[in-house]
Amino acid sequence: MSYKSNNTSGQLTGSQIVIEALRRENTEVVFGYPGGAIMNVYDEIYKQDHFQHILTKHEQAAVHAADAYARSSGKVGVAIVTSGPGFTNAVTGLATAYTDSIPMVVISGQVPTAVIGTDAFQEIDAVGISRPCTKHNFLVNDVNDLTRVLKIAFHIAKTGRPGPVHIDLPKDVSADLADFNYDQEFELPTYKPTTKGNIRQIKAALKHISEAKRPVLYIGGGAVLSNCYEDIREFAHQTKIPVVETLMARGIMRHDDDLLFGMLGMHGEYAANMAMSETDMIICFGARFDDRVTGRLDTFAKKAHVVHVDIDPASIAKIVKPNYPIVGDLAIVMKQILEHTKDFEFNDYTPWVEKLHGYRKEHPLAYHEDSDRLKPQWVIQRTGELLGDDALISTDVGQHQMWTAQFYPFNYPRQWMTSGGLGTMGVGLPYAMGTKRANPDKISVNFTGDGSIMMNIQEIITCTQYNLPHINIILNNNYLGMVRQWQTRFYEDRLSETNLEIQADFTMLAQSMGGVGYKVHTKEEFDAALKDAVASNKVAMIEVIIDRREEVLPMVPNGHALDEMLLLEKSQGAK
Amino acid sequence: MNNFKDFYSKEEKREVLSVIVINRESVLSRIVDLFSARGYNIDSLTVAPIPNSEYSRITIITVGVARVIDQIVKQLNKLVPVLKVIEHKDAIEKDTVLIKVPIEENLSDIDVIARAYNGAIQNVTHDAVVISATDEPHRIENFVNIMAKYKPLEIVRSGVVAMER
Repeated sequence: MSYKSNNTSGQLTGSQIVIEALRRENTEVVFGYPGGAIMNVYDEIYKQDHFQHILTKHEQAAVHAADAYARSSGKVGVAIVTSGPGFTNAVTGLATAYTDSIPMVVISGQVPTAVIGTDAFQEIDAVGISRPCTKHNFLVNDVNDLTRVLKIAFHIAKTGRPGPVHIDLPKDVSADLADFNYDQEFELPTYKPTTKGNIRQIKAALKHISEAKRPVLYIGGGAVLSNCYEDIREFAHQTKIPVVETLMARGIMRHDDDLLFGMLGMHGEYAANMAMSETDMIICFGARFDDRVTGRLDTFAKKAHVVHVDIDPASIAKIVKPNYPIVGDLAIVMKQILEHTKDFEFNDYTPWVEKLHGYRKEHPLAYHEDSDRLKPQWVIQRTGELLGDDALISTDVGQHQMWTAQFYPFNYPRQWMTSGGLGTMGVGLPYAMGTKRANPDKISVNFTGDGSIMMNIQEIITCTQYNLPHINIILNNNYLGMVRQWQTRFYEDRLSETNLEIQADFTMLAQSMGGVGYKVHTKEEFDAALKDAVASNKVAMIEVIIDRREEVLPMVPNGHALDEMLLLEKSQGAK
Repeated sequence: MNNFKDFYSKEEKREVLSVIVINRESVLSRIVDLFSARGYNIDSLTVAPIPNSEYSRITIITVGVARVIDQIVKQLNKLVPVLKVIEHKDAIEKDTVLIKVPIEENLSDIDVIARAYNGAIQNVTHDAVVISATDEPHRIENFVNIMAKYKPLEIVRSGVVAMER
């Protein structure tokens, strides 16, 4: 134990226990913000040198950064905040991670146990607030319980369906003394996630898949979380079954894989949505039939049988009842599947794959070039050409997010950090920060919009301070673009509160916080700016003036079937 | 093949659930929050510790279509402090009611009715009498309806406890 105990009995304070537990969990970085109720812990942070502490400018950004650290590395992200407003600022971060099943431990200070319930200064019922947006939470009333809580919190965060765990730590508990032994086992009789799939069910599913005519692999974020993309690629290539990915699963297949027909759903590729509409066998690996994926449910995949593999039993048959429900960790189930794949003679799916290629040829992902204005899709494609696999891509939420999901050439999982389930604007910059911290050798790029970027803009200076350079590419259309698109399509173009004509000078904004800024109107300017930004090794803001009225297409309007897509009108110059 | 919208029966059914939970970490509020957050109904809820263990038993009566019940059970199981959820098929159910009626009413009539529902007069004061009965929930319902004519001052029900036969 590295701690010199400050009393004769060899005990540690609650704060020292927190530090020791983080060390034992191999935490190398903590994002956070101090305050009254958490000061004891911060005093111990000052004294230790096991992990780096990154002081953000806002608690929300601290939690988002820890979230991105987890997304991009697969490790558990850690954030520490104070009580009251410190905690409430962290809630959006917790909810964002919860919806996308990201493993995190967030520790908040709390007022001393003696005054809990008295409406003390900076007191709020933190566990009451975090309950619906965490996998589990704890209020630690007794320092003798703290080691157990910390160890269990990390265990729960990263096992089963991962998720954020919140620990609320009263100030007196962080000062009290207790024995510390992190090696002891703590029983968790009520928490035993299923990991292995039912082998009979797997074999029955494989048999049915092998006899299907038009099967499709529908891959979700669970495939990223369980780190099994190689096995999924292997299965797809062995069986020649075409693949579609959800927003969260980008990168599971290489973007140029012949079997990949892109992202499906509301802004999915035509071929992907047609595959889902015409398939007779959906093989769902770690996805959850979200409403943004299925479109109108009573017309969804009418002809299909369903195999659904998920670690969370509650995700199975929540929206779509599968013929073959398989509860288990996808990484283990994929091994089981591959072990038995050769036992079955799979149909020749070539005609089906050819048909999908036909659909792709008919309506490829495309946009119309315009000689006067840059198109956002071009900017994303171009960035992909220039940076490719060297870049890890974050986004905020809105049109730019969908364009990036559609047009960036993702080639491996954890290359892509985006708020899929909750759709949290403002995550982009802290995501780029956390991603860079976890992956110092990669180029961290944040595609963002002129709306989203302002929601956590203050973090530029954090990234300057801690030397976490990254590149923010602002696709500026002077609108809250996605809402504007809906207003145009479904509200007769009444642009209620979406016009952002008055804006900050992003170049000066970046410069004022130690970064570099560029304002770009042409392709040549963009290329030059991107190269310069990479070379600068600073926080960069590349503001790209794009066509104000560019839309995200295809689009399945709310309440419509997946094959009822609004498509790009064909004309000259579609790319 | 699949019609995903109607894959379960649409008929609402009453479900008796026993939820075995660890006595820790504000577990009751987790359960109640789950019902309110996801829009599920609770018709009856009782909680008591299981003797000589670190567990409590929560008995919940809920009404919903099969699809909703299925989700309720899965979501309950997903909560970290929940050990198991029992969906009762053939359970003995008991509910207790306390009814306070003014002393002016005919006590011998009340006593006879109470006894018909396995009940009895529990307490008599100078202005009121308290009777109790323990029986199956639907019989307690009837008992309460019958007692309405004695102009009860107060009615308290315990909620249902259940045990599989």
